[in-house]
Amino acid sequence: MERYTILVYTENFIGILNRITIIFTRRGININALTASESRLDGIHKITIEVTVTPEQIEQLVKQIEKIVDVIKAYFFMDDEVVYQEIALYKIPIESLDPSLEKVIRQFNAHIIAAEKEFVVLEFTGHKEDTQALLEILKPFSLLEFSRSGRVAIAKPKFSVQEFLNNQT
Amino acid sequence: MVRGADIVVKSLIAENAAYIFGYPGGAIMPVYDALYDYSDQIKHVLTRHEQGAIHAAQGYARVSGEVGVVLATSGPGATNLITGLADAQIDSTPLVCITGQVAAHLLGSDAFQETDVVGLSMPGTKWNIQVRSVEEIAPAIAKAFHIAKTGRPGPVLVDITKNAQVEFGEFNYVPCQKIRSYRPYQPIKEQLIADAAALIDSAERPYLLFGQGVVLSHAEEELKDFLDKTGIPAACTLLGSGALPESHPNYVGKLGMHGNYAPNLLTNKCDVLIAVGMRFDDRVTGDLKRYAKQAKVIHLELDPAEIDKNVKCTVPVLGDCKKSLKLLTSAVKNNAHPEWMEKFRELEGQEREAVVANDLHGTHGGLHMGEVIHLINKFKEKDAVLVTDVGQHQMIAWRYFDYKTTRTQVTSGGLGTMGFALPAALGAQLHDYSKQVICVVGDGGIQMTIQELGTIMQTKAPVKVVLLNNNYLGMVRQWQQLFFDKRYSFTELENPDFIKIAEAYSFKARKVTEREDLEAAVAEMLVQEGPYFLEVVVEKEDNVFPMIATGCSVEEVRLS
Repeated sequence: MERYTILVYTENFIGILNRITIIFTRRGININALTASESRLDGIHKITIEVTVTPEQIEQLVKQIEKIVDVIKAYFFMDDEVVYQEIALYKIPIESLDPSLEKVIRQFNAHIIAAEKEFVVLEFTGHKEDTQALLEILKPFSLLEFSRSGRVAIAKPKFSVQEFLNNQT
Repeated sequence: MVRGADIVVKSLIAENAAYIFGYPGGAIMPVYDALYDYSDQIKHVLTRHEQGAIHAAQGYARVSGEVGVVLATSGPGATNLITGLADAQIDSTPLVCITGQVAAHLLGSDAFQETDVVGLSMPGTKWNIQVRSVEEIAPAIAKAFHIAKTGRPGPVLVDITKNAQVEFGEFNYVPCQKIRSYRPYQPIKEQLIADAAALIDSAERPYLLFGQGVVLSHAEEELKDFLDKTGIPAACTLLGSGALPESHPNYVGKLGMHGNYAPNLLTNKCDVLIAVGMRFDDRVTGDLKRYAKQAKVIHLELDPAEIDKNVKCTVPVLGDCKKSLKLLTSAVKNNAHPEWMEKFRELEGQEREAVVANDLHGTHGGLHMGEVIHLINKFKEKDAVLVTDVGQHQMIAWRYFDYKTTRTQVTSGGLGTMGFALPAALGAQLHDYSKQVICVVGDGGIQMTIQELGTIMQTKAPVKVVLLNNNYLGMVRQWQQLFFDKRYSFTELENPDFIKIAEAYSFKARKVTEREDLEAAVAEMLVQEGPYFLEVVVEKEDNVFPMIATGCSVEEVRLS
């Protein structure tokens, strides 16, 4: 089993995400993380899916995704073929702010992005291993809440969805 | 300005839909009201259940190659279509289903007869959409037809809220020609044609398997030309039957669990396997780990997702097989494989002796299903359509029916939907009243959709229903006998008087229990002008052979 990133470019069509996810559901494959948002191109959405499957499975999954009428193009990449980040937010009670926490914040180069009367929110961006490491360190600081995004990714190999659309006859 | 409901009907007419199979109800009533005004331009068939409507549309689509159209209401009307959608999806049958939906402002409020039809039908449709305003109706229907019939065909569903049906809008129908995200046809790579041709030319024991893709691509002539030039033996899948006349010298029989002996056995002896418009279903391949491992595989296929899905191929020729077969025929050398062909004929002889002779020419004991099909062949017209349900009778009818022309095979292949045959036969018959449509069905399956006898009565479709009655769910019983120590758990049926039922629906009906009466009864049925119901009481515990048991290899095909 390998960890892959699937990039899907779709029309902005109601239900498209459901059509994509049922391909995984039907095969009993768990999606590790999923991010969806508008792409650089007007009206085209980009969905980033992280999944751990076999090389045979990833081929089939991506073919099935591409088969969806409103999917423009789908690609898959190994971890070393993409540049990716995940953002994590950590909510910590004010009482926990002491010099040892400051050291952690400096060490990780994390940011305090909100300060309320009772808590602060730290933001840290990196790979899952990094955000997870910080999470483990912060747990003893009476961590109140934690939230991590799916990955956003840019593929290293060159491809162009715009070019692909232009070549459509 | 016209009502949305009129736009629905006018759009269907613009797509040249000849028939709508449907069932009215609250949320689709405006469309039914509109239909009242267009009955001279489009015919509506009122079935007795929505499942009957969609199977009828499937039967219509399969024999005609046109898109079958279904109309149903929201909630239960729509959920009753699900079996047919799944069936059409797996058997690549083009359908456009239109369902009514509660008014847009009620969506999500658990309104009367509201159900999430788009969500429910998503896995069973090629594409679906909910339309909530009048101006979206015509573009959605145009897109639906384009998607249903292009590329690998499939069912499409358009869910239209009631408010959209009663709003007023302009009708300006623009057929859909292209969708930028949708690539139904792949360009054929010349290099792959050359690679495939080189493999074929150098092969000593090449073997071709063809499926429904040949029918869907209208590639019957191209297949025949390729076989004539190369002399390669060819076998078909369940849904590929009819694409090549069985009298063709290269035709060697049928593949799969209850196919013929030689085509299965020799799959593991060929050196090059050419698969055309087929998807290596598990019922065809048996154990994949022991399937054609010795062979180089050439796969001519329209759907990229089918390449390497079950069987890894050496040369994937993506594209419409009508074109790729033609290119391949020009690229290969004239050839013949008489010794290799002889191997098929030898094994065919063994099967004839061990199985076929007894199946077709019983002399004592109960009637065999095969005898009935054998007599149907004797009296049927050349282009008669065979519609079958699911089970033993389906496999027997498939094995012995003499397929002479294309689009004569209508059955539920991938999904195995009992209850399919009766409504599908109705749909097939409505496409052409002058054609012989023979519906072979078992006593289990017919009772799943028996109410459609009423639709046949009302449409006066001259369907010939042949009920092969063994008072068992025969295929399940056969498995219980072979794999579950004859523990016949809930497979025996206490059946009604089918003749009385058929007569109540105005069928001319006849029941045969004795061998000596069978020939006259079949002959009488096939000259009857109107609908006919023939019940044949067959041997209770007959089995279908040859057989490849689940998990076995094609090599382990058994004759008894």
